[in-house]
Amino acid sequence: MGVTGNPGPGVAPPMTSLRAKFLPVLTIVAAIVALWYVAAIGMNAPFQRDQNSRDGVSPDAWTFIGQTLTQPKPTMPAPHQVAENLWKNIFTVKVTSKRSLVYHSAVTLSSTLLGFLMGTALGVVIAIGIVHVPALAKSFLPWVVASQMVPMLAVAPMIIVILAAIGVTGLLPKALISTYLSFFPVTVGMVKGLRSPEVMHLDLMRTYNASKTKTFIKLRAPASLPFFFASIKVAVAASLVGAIVGELPTGAVAGIGSKLLAGSYYSQTIDVWAALIAGSICAVLLVLAVDVARVLAGKAMGARPA
Amino acid sequence: MPSSPAPCITASALSLTFATNDGPVHALKDVNLDISKGEFVSFIGPSGCGKTTFLRVIADLERATGGTIVVNGMTPHQAREKRAYGYVFQAPALLPWRTIEKNVALPLEIMGVGAAERTERIARTLALVNLKGFEKKYPWQLSGGMQQRASIARALSFDADLLLMDEPFGALDEIVRDHLNEQLLQLWARTQKTICFVTHSIPEAVYLSTRIVVMSPRPGRVIDVIESDLPRERPLDIRETPEFLRIAHRVREGLRAGHSYDD
Repeated sequence: MGVTGNPGPGVAPPMTSLRAKFLPVLTIVAAIVALWYVAAIGMNAPFQRDQNSRDGVSPDAWTFIGQTLTQPKPTMPAPHQVAENLWKNIFTVKVTSKRSLVYHSAVTLSSTLLGFLMGTALGVVIAIGIVHVPALAKSFLPWVVASQMVPMLAVAPMIIVILAAIGVTGLLPKALISTYLSFFPVTVGMVKGLRSPEVMHLDLMRTYNASKTKTFIKLRAPASLPFFFASIKVAVAASLVGAIVGELPTGAVAGIGSKLLAGSYYSQTIDVWAALIAGSICAVLLVLAVDVARVLAGKAMGARPA
Repeated sequence: MPSSPAPCITASALSLTFATNDGPVHALKDVNLDISKGEFVSFIGPSGCGKTTFLRVIADLERATGGTIVVNGMTPHQAREKRAYGYVFQAPALLPWRTIEKNVALPLEIMGVGAAERTERIARTLALVNLKGFEKKYPWQLSGGMQQRASIARALSFDADLLLMDEPFGALDEIVRDHLNEQLLQLWARTQKTICFVTHSIPEAVYLSTRIVVMSPRPGRVIDVIESDLPRERPLDIRETPEFLRIAHRVREGLRAGHSYDD
C-alpha cells in the first residue's frame, strides 16, 4: 500500500506489501542494534580494562568483549541487557508492583493523556479565537510563541512547587506541564487548518448568508481535520515529554520520570535505559492511537483510499 | 424584447474600481443593464472584462463603488440575506467530506430546512440534473461533469428563482460541455428560473441565451447587447443553422470592436 506505488485492488499479493512495509524498518532496527553493540563494547572497554588490570587478569579478545557486555552497571548497557531488564519488569513482575514498568508507564500515561486532552482543548480554543478575532492574531500569537521559548526543565519544578504550596498535588501538576507543551502545536496547526478552506468555499457559504458559527461547523472545522490530526500527533508526543519532565523534579515515586531519576541516582544504567525504552514504547503507542483515530475519521468522511 | 416585463436585475451606471498598488483598476465602468424574470442572459468577453465581477456584484460578493444595482427589488446585500439566488462557481466546489446528497443538503441545513423537506428537495433537484442513484457517492467518485451537475443541484435546492453561473462548464471537455448545455436548457425550461451565465465560449453563449451581453476589458464595460431570435426549443444541431451563425458572427464582431484581442 503506497510503498509499492499504486497497484490496483487485488493486483499485489498482500505478502509483498507486508514485506515492503516491514523490511526497511527491520533493516534499520538491525543496523541500530549492531551499532549499539559496537558502541557498548567501545564505551564499556576502559572500565573493563581498569578492572582487569586491578584483578591482574588479561583475558583474550572474545572473553574481553563478553565482559564489556555483561557489566552490572555499564556505562552503556548492551541491547540484550536492556531487553532482559524490560522483559523482567514488564512480564514477570505483577503490574501493581513498584518495579513493574507497566505500572510506571501507566502512571506517566495517565498524566500524559489528561495533559494532552487539556492541551488539545486549549489549543483548539486559542486557534478558534485567533481565526475569528483579528486583534487576537496580532496580540496573542506572539505570546503563544514566546511561551514555548521558556526552558521547560526550569519552569516545571516551579509549577510543581507552587501548585503543591496551594495544595494541588498528584496528577494535575504533571498534566499541566503536558498541557503547556502540547497546546502549542495544536494552536499553530489549527490556525492553519481553520484558515484552510478555499476562497470559493468561503464565498459559497457567503452566498448562503451563513453565520460565522454555521461556517465554522459546516466548513472550517471539517476542513481543519487533517491539520488537527497532524498537530495532535506532535502534541501527544510533547505531552509525554511533559509528563516525564514533570516527574523528574518532584521526587515522584512513580512514573517513568521517577524511574529515570532513581536509576541515575544509583547508577542503575540498565534501569535507566529500560525506562527510556518503556517511554519510547508509550510514545509509539500514543502516536499509533492518533493514527488509528485519523484513519477512522478519514473513513467516516469519505476520504479517497490512498 | 423579453416576453416577461417583470425586472429581476437592474444595473444603472454601475462601476467598480479596485485600488491596487499599480493604481486603480476599473473592473466595471458605467454598466447599464436590465434583466427580466425568466431570461437567460450570457456575459461574454475576454478575461478582465468584468463579467465575473458583475456576477459577483449581483451576488453581493463584491460591492460596487458607483451607480446602483437592484436585485429582485432589493439591494444585493438584502437579496443575499433573503437567499434570492443560487451561485454556481467555475469549479464544482463540493465539500469533499460530504456525499453528493449531503452536499446538496448543505444550503438547506444552513437555512434551517427540516429533515423531511430536505430529503424531498434533494431527490427532486438531483433528478433535475440527472444524478439519481449517485446520492451516496463522494465527489471524488464522480466525473468532473457530474460534479458540476451536483453543484448545480446544490444551487437549485433552496428554490431561489435566480441562478448565477460563473463559467460553470469552463473546465470541462467539449463533448461533456455540449451535453450539459443541452441539459441546462431543459432545466431552464422546466424551472422558469432567471439565469445569468458567464462564459468565454461564443457557441455556448449563443446556444444558451435569450440575450448575450458582450463585454470588453480596461475598463470593463458593455460593448453590445444581442437579442437572440432563436426558438426556445434548441436541439444541438441548431448551431449549424444560418440564424445561429449570424448571431455568433455578431458576438464575434462585438468582441473585436472592443479591441479585446489587440493585446
